[in-house]
Amino acid sequence: MSTTTTSINFSSKRGIWGGGNEPLNASYGKLMMWFFLLSDIFTFAGFLIVYGAIRVSYPPYGGPATDFVGSNEYWPVPEMVFDALPFLHGIHAPLVFVGLMTFILIMSSVTMVLAVEAGHRNDKNDVVKWLLWTLLGGITFLGCQAWEWTHFIHGTDGGTVLTYVNQFSDLVTETVYGANLQVNEYGPSSFAQLFFFITGFHGFHVTIGVALLFIAFYQAAVGVYEQRGHYEMVEKIGLYWHFVDLVWVFVFTFFYLI
Amino acid sequence: MAVVNTSTQGAHAHEVHDEHHDNFITKYIFTTDHKMIGKQFLVTGIFWALIGGFLSILFRLQLGFPEMDMSFLRPLLGGWIDETGSLDQNFYLALVTMHGTIMVFFVLTAGLSGTFSNYLIPLQIGARDMASGFMNMLSYWFFFLSGVIMFSSLFLATGPAGGGWVIYPPLSALEQAIPGSGMGMTLWLIAMVFFIASTLMGGINYITTVINLRTKGMTFARLPLTIWSFFLTAVIGLLSFPVLFAAALLLVFDRSFGTSFYLADIYIGGEALPHTGGSPVLFQHLFWFLGHPEVYIVLLPALGITSEVIATNSRKPIFGYKAMIISMLGITILSFVVWAHHMFVSGMNPFLGSIFMFLTLIIAVPSAVKVFNYLTTLWRGNLIFTPAMLFAIGLVSFFISGGLTGIFLGNSAIDIQLHDTYFVVAHFHLVMGSASFFGLMCGVYHWFPKMFGRMMDNKLGYVHFWLTFVGVYLVFFPMHYIGIAGFPRRYYSWTNFDFASGYADLNMFVSVAAIITFTGQFIFLFNFFYSMYKGRVAPLNPWRSNTLEWTTPLHPGHGNWPGEIPAVYRWPYDYSKPGSKEDFIPQTVPLSSTPESNLPHEEEMVSLEKAIMAEEGQVLVANEAK
Repeated sequence: MSTTTTSINFSSKRGIWGGGNEPLNASYGKLMMWFFLLSDIFTFAGFLIVYGAIRVSYPPYGGPATDFVGSNEYWPVPEMVFDALPFLHGIHAPLVFVGLMTFILIMSSVTMVLAVEAGHRNDKNDVVKWLLWTLLGGITFLGCQAWEWTHFIHGTDGGTVLTYVNQFSDLVTETVYGANLQVNEYGPSSFAQLFFFITGFHGFHVTIGVALLFIAFYQAAVGVYEQRGHYEMVEKIGLYWHFVDLVWVFVFTFFYLI
Repeated sequence: MAVVNTSTQGAHAHEVHDEHHDNFITKYIFTTDHKMIGKQFLVTGIFWALIGGFLSILFRLQLGFPEMDMSFLRPLLGGWIDETGSLDQNFYLALVTMHGTIMVFFVLTAGLSGTFSNYLIPLQIGARDMASGFMNMLSYWFFFLSGVIMFSSLFLATGPAGGGWVIYPPLSALEQAIPGSGMGMTLWLIAMVFFIASTLMGGINYITTVINLRTKGMTFARLPLTIWSFFLTAVIGLLSFPVLFAAALLLVFDRSFGTSFYLADIYIGGEALPHTGGSPVLFQHLFWFLGHPEVYIVLLPALGITSEVIATNSRKPIFGYKAMIISMLGITILSFVVWAHHMFVSGMNPFLGSIFMFLTLIIAVPSAVKVFNYLTTLWRGNLIFTPAMLFAIGLVSFFISGGLTGIFLGNSAIDIQLHDTYFVVAHFHLVMGSASFFGLMCGVYHWFPKMFGRMMDNKLGYVHFWLTFVGVYLVFFPMHYIGIAGFPRRYYSWTNFDFASGYADLNMFVSVAAIITFTGQFIFLFNFFYSMYKGRVAPLNPWRSNTLEWTTPLHPGHGNWPGEIPAVYRWPYDYSKPGSKEDFIPQTVPLSSTPESNLPHEEEMVSLEKAIMAEEGQVLVANEAK
């Protein structure tokens, strides 16, 4: 995108905010995407603040991390909860799998950058190639998340003995396996509720992103953008994809690191 | 880029050319023309205002005449009037809830901002349409869908939502709590999700349009104050509505999926509920993070409209144009840091309360600046009392009288006495409800000639104004005393309290005044629809105004200007400029053609203006030569 202005008869003596042009050098579509993302930041901020407020209302686990056992009295230690790997049952690999997921998502952002850059060069083949890699990264991330959720829901072999009020309003003491929205073997019920809700909401964003990427991939491949003369749609979807990535960094930090 | 944009301009020209091919559906229903969308918002807003107003009459009957036999309402309300002819108590709660929801969101957000942002932004900044006409259309239809869902909730057997428009959990989160927390609340939440989506799509469009689509010469310092207010309103909405969305979504999960984000340690009928770990105060924080900015979403457009109408009809430049902008910016920023003044009695730390009190009271400064600017604009102006002007002055009056009680309520100590009493009700109905409603009316009377090409009847306008103006004070002034006496809001009856009997006559008075005021609105309705078809045909610039919308044809087509979009050479408030023959100089008149009235700093800009015009003229000639 060059620095020329909107209007064909536009004097350079007008200031950039003088009207009749695009003062931020961005088309209306890109601006709208930016403002949507700004508002979406506030949605996620709302959720993460809820997370913080509920989390600090519980005491943290006091003892050494290696002795950690689940309890609904204190907040769990993430590296002891998220320590499983697919196909490798019983191995203690703290945060390895989620680290891999994060790496895949960040790499998909890199390929997105390359797709946008190829769009600037009007190189159709490169755009299609890098969009495909991005698409694969997004789908892989979603697949990883599905496995992570499944494991979280099914739980460990031993489970945890908890005392809690069940859905029939009875106070019970029993061994709990895995997690649902009422109770979970790892920590207070809020822990699993927030995990499902916030990673779910992020996953929903990734799903929408994958759908958008697919549309962009298809349209780039059949030459819609080439005919249009520019690849701005790829840029706009790129903005969204980087945002989803950035949000994951925060979600990852809150749920897995601290 | 240059190539791309040339082609979009070509597309616009194409649309203008094709206009006569519009059929009924593309012209009136699924239209992408911002003017028609604005009218759609207006008519829908009027529909909701009637419903919202009527609901308030129903509960005013109960409050003013608690012993009344309401059997005559049974054909309309059916089972909500019991055998003895009195109003069902749960339905009373639903009435106040729906009145609040409808008025705040559907009438004063969508009906006001939706109407005038859509209608005026492209016309006043010199654009063919909104940045994205399609999203604009979606915005209206999401609002419409939201309205259909909310409307259908009125007919549920368990009634519509009944937890107050603020829907605090746990009341709203537990279906067992009251009938109004059942299906009605579910539909309320669904409707609000669509409403928020509609507001966001609208707001993103407004902001983008103002930034990218201003015509040549329309700098931010030459924007009419209406546009500034719509712009800042959209910014507030963009940042606060998503937080309501977050709050509502968490509440949906608490209600329907068994989570406990807002719930902890609750017993119903002696049985413990499984919920642990949540906090209802968390919801209040999230809600009021929207809820307070919402007040300014409702009020700022009204203030912007008023600025424009008062300047035009005082035949004077607005006093303190920059001060107006700075105070609106101040209000925008402050609106995000005062939300907890709604929660002084929620058990919040009193120290935190004093911080929020301090921030709240600071808002009095920009508000006062605005009031003084209105008054000084009026001061020694050549006032023309059109109905729009009267409504604008009425707004200033309500803004003062309602704003003063805000200083009481913002004080965290006094609020302990006044919280949730009719004093609060009186305060916000004056400062935000009636003031914004008057802004809406002011806008309708002022821009009706542009919207429909005909004039509204002035005499009916005057009757409507005086009836409403006096009526509003008669309704809400006594309410302050009822509140100071300690009457709590949202209560079905106070017959159990001895002190209350002394104020029964005052309540009766308020109810009668409310009924008369509500009835008076039918004068407006008649005037509005009658003038639309039978009104006197409007001149092109009936108020002799400076802004760009009056340079369009009487019935502007899709694209607004038949030829090129006019360029802008001056600010919009050159009224009664010394030296000028006319008492107004439209924004499209170049400085170079008015040497007799130019001020020294404008005279310096003439040479630059000439250079720009010469350069752009050459390019135009060169293009035509191709």
